[in-house]
Amino acid sequence: MATFNVHVTIENKPGISDPEGETILNDLVLKGTHSAISKIKTAKMLKFTIKEKDKKSAQTRVKEICDELRIYNPMVSKVTIDVFDS
Amino acid sequence: MKIGVIVFPGSNCDRDMYHVLTDVFKLDAEYFWHDKGLPKNIDAVILPGGFSYGDRLRSGAIAAHSPIIKDVKKMAEKGIPILGVCNGFQILVEAGLLPGALLKNTSLNFMCKWTSLIVENNKTPFTNKLKLHQKIPIPIANGEGRYYVDDETLKKLKKNNQIVFRYSEVVNGSSDRIAGVCNEDGNVVGMMPHPERAAESEINPIDNKPSSLIFESLLNTIGVKN
Repeated sequence: MATFNVHVTIENKPGISDPEGETILNDLVLKGTHSAISKIKTAKMLKFTIKEKDKKSAQTRVKEICDELRIYNPMVSKVTIDVFDS
Repeated sequence: MKIGVIVFPGSNCDRDMYHVLTDVFKLDAEYFWHDKGLPKNIDAVILPGGFSYGDRLRSGAIAAHSPIIKDVKKMAEKGIPILGVCNGFQILVEAGLLPGALLKNTSLNFMCKWTSLIVENNKTPFTNKLKLHQKIPIPIANGEGRYYVDDETLKKLKKNNQIVFRYSEVVNGSSDRIAGVCNEDGNVVGMMPHPERAAESEINPIDNKPSSLIFESLLNTIGVKN
């Protein structure tokens, strides 16, 4: 068993408005000289530390936990799960 | 006849709700702490507003896993009237008893103001004394009150007559101006506005009668004469 850091990013599905991201873009970033930026999306990240046999199992286990406990609301959010060595 | 008012860590409208049920409508109500079960002789259940678990993760997401929710689900299946107000609505959604999601208001502000509702379904246990399309002056007080459903679910809600209340104006960016919905059977109702803050003339500057009809509908449903 090894220890992994698993990052769970929860964000709105495409097409669902993210007024916080839009405000950061329009009222902060684009008010400066950063016209190359076209989009900012806010998200919530949960960082899990987990003991598992490999990266794949760590990812699967964390995804199962997220689904079982409804860590995200599937009506409106999607999750991305990234695994890193501890 | 007994009505259960469920109290979660962080509920803060439980006493207002209890006051309206007992002092205004002379009902037998009892508080139930979230980590225990509900007795079998409960005739209706109300999940009050507040900030259960400090809205951690997102509104209602943690309270939806409280032990008492298992009994709430059993009662929902039996057809017992269940009302979630504000955070109570968010908890019912997160527990899967009602469809959708409640997102941050488009304004990103906590909104505390008077608005009005339009009754879209007067067949539920909490709306049967109201007239269809009746206007209800009522306050809202929420930060995550923007009700969201995808197009497919919205169609289903319309088809099954599950939209119970709409705002009379654009308030917070809710899908189709939805302020309250019910489950397919109609016995579980969730709403963001606060009828318990509008049912008495002393605290309602406009007209307390429509809001009090929400409670009178419940009296009517469970067979209590007021």
